[in-house]
Amino acid sequence: MKILVPVKRVIDYNVKIRVNSEGSAVETNNVKMSMNPFDEIAVEEAVRLKEAGKAEEIIITSIGDKGSQETIRTAFAMGGDRGIHILNESNTEPLAVAKILKYIVDKEGVDLVILGKQAIDDDSNQTGQMLAALLNWPQGTFASKLEVSSDELQITREIDGGLETLKMNLPCVVSTDLRLNEPRYASLPNIMKAKKKQIIEMPVTDTGVDVTLRLETLKVEEPAVRSGGRKVADVDELINVLKEEVGII
Amino acid sequence: MSILVIAEPNGVNVDRGTLSAISAAHKISNEVDILILEDSEEVIKKAQNIKGVTKVISASGDLDGGLAENIAPLISECAKNYSHVLSSAGTFGKNIMPRVSALNDSQQISDICEIIDGETFVRPIYAGNALATVKSKDKIKFITVRTTAFEVAQNEGGDAKVVSGPVAETNGKSSFINRDLSESDRPELTAAKIIVSGGRGIGSADNFSILDSLADKLGAAVGASRAAVDAGYVPNDYQVGQTGKVVAPELYIAVGISGAIQHLAGMKDSKTIVAINKDEDAPIFQIADYGLVGDLFDVIPELSDKIK
Repeated sequence: MKILVPVKRVIDYNVKIRVNSEGSAVETNNVKMSMNPFDEIAVEEAVRLKEAGKAEEIIITSIGDKGSQETIRTAFAMGGDRGIHILNESNTEPLAVAKILKYIVDKEGVDLVILGKQAIDDDSNQTGQMLAALLNWPQGTFASKLEVSSDELQITREIDGGLETLKMNLPCVVSTDLRLNEPRYASLPNIMKAKKKQIIEMPVTDTGVDVTLRLETLKVEEPAVRSGGRKVADVDELINVLKEEVGII
Repeated sequence: MSILVIAEPNGVNVDRGTLSAISAAHKISNEVDILILEDSEEVIKKAQNIKGVTKVISASGDLDGGLAENIAPLISECAKNYSHVLSSAGTFGKNIMPRVSALNDSQQISDICEIIDGETFVRPIYAGNALATVKSKDKIKFITVRTTAFEVAQNEGGDAKVVSGPVAETNGKSSFINRDLSESDRPELTAAKIIVSGGRGIGSADNFSILDSLADKLGAAVGASRAAVDAGYVPNDYQVGQTGKVVAPELYIAVGISGAIQHLAGMKDSKTIVAINKDEDAPIFQIADYGLVGDLFDVIPELSDKIK
């Protein structure tokens, strides 16, 4: 089985983001970047499948500027085998990303795509479902558990009221939720080995996908800040304000 | 312009999230139809009663388990008669809508919290730490709606006519096995007027029950921060936050929650926020209306006792 894991380079989740002075985007210059956390879970799951003897190869891909290669190397250090970097200096929307991934899937003969359910920058939660639609493959979104056999997959999904279990044929697309696994830290020898693994760089135009933005961003702003209130001294005062000021109990 | 709202199937009624999506639809157009994806006369009757709905489209065929592979082609076929297709941004809408959107070569707009006009929408990005105003040029716009940002449409006073819709075909590549829903007598997180939420400060899965008696007294739902879920204290469906549920109750009581950005993103639209934490510097106090610094293991039992 050949697994494709697409990874996105995003502002590190610990960074407090800032809107740029033009109010057109979130500032990404001189900001720490790392792999989208949901994608780390996707890489980890792929590596576990390979370690369990269920997959032969893990292809890592990323779409973006030169920096994306660093994110691909991070995935190599966790256990990815080889990389495809689709070079696009500007932002790529989920639909265009799905089309590019379809191009890679068709070209490489991939059996399973595992990817994060959403990226923590644009929070779209679309790419996996869109890719499944374009490939006419089944989709297992928001996965918290996977059981993979040679031609079939049983997936437990996180849904609003609890959990749901589906069965689907391979090939298919799986998107990861938080509880699927806990990604490993890369060891130093593996980080060294990652430097030698191969990344093929391809300009986005070579994929034949039109990446013209469909959504025009008119402005980006910071939300209204909720200001704090006051401290209460004890439980009696708290009950009193809930009765008198909030009027709820 | 006419709008199709996809109702999330739940076997009993048109859920609150869908009702919010309907009132969002009304901000774009008065022509709002609703698509029902379950074979239930009761649900269809309830959908007819929703104020401002013109047509109730009743789908049939293989709707079992709401499989995206079976349902997306059906919605896609319906969509061709509309300018906009909306659903709530719950896990159902999040799963189905992008698949439908891609089938129509349209770039979906996720999780909108404000409607400027029929083409222009505001949506949270970066866990709600920024708001983007985006304009869509696609012919049919596929949209999921952040339900806490819109009123719930009235579920009486309507008189919609029922038409039969397309038939869902079995795709043969995926099948539904089962659903394991958490059983609780308490209100649902997204519908509750009061929520009591616990964080890592609760300390263990056993300790979490300390919140139960308070929640029972208040008729509240029980939630949790991602830290508490990650630590295994409670299941993931308790999670309030950017990666969990977004809630906006009348009263939100955060217990032993420090106030990580990702949690605040899920509850900062609550009307009143109360924080109880032993660390007086916890960031949660910066946004809470009322803060009480103290050991939750003293405060919560006392609070439960004293609330009549």
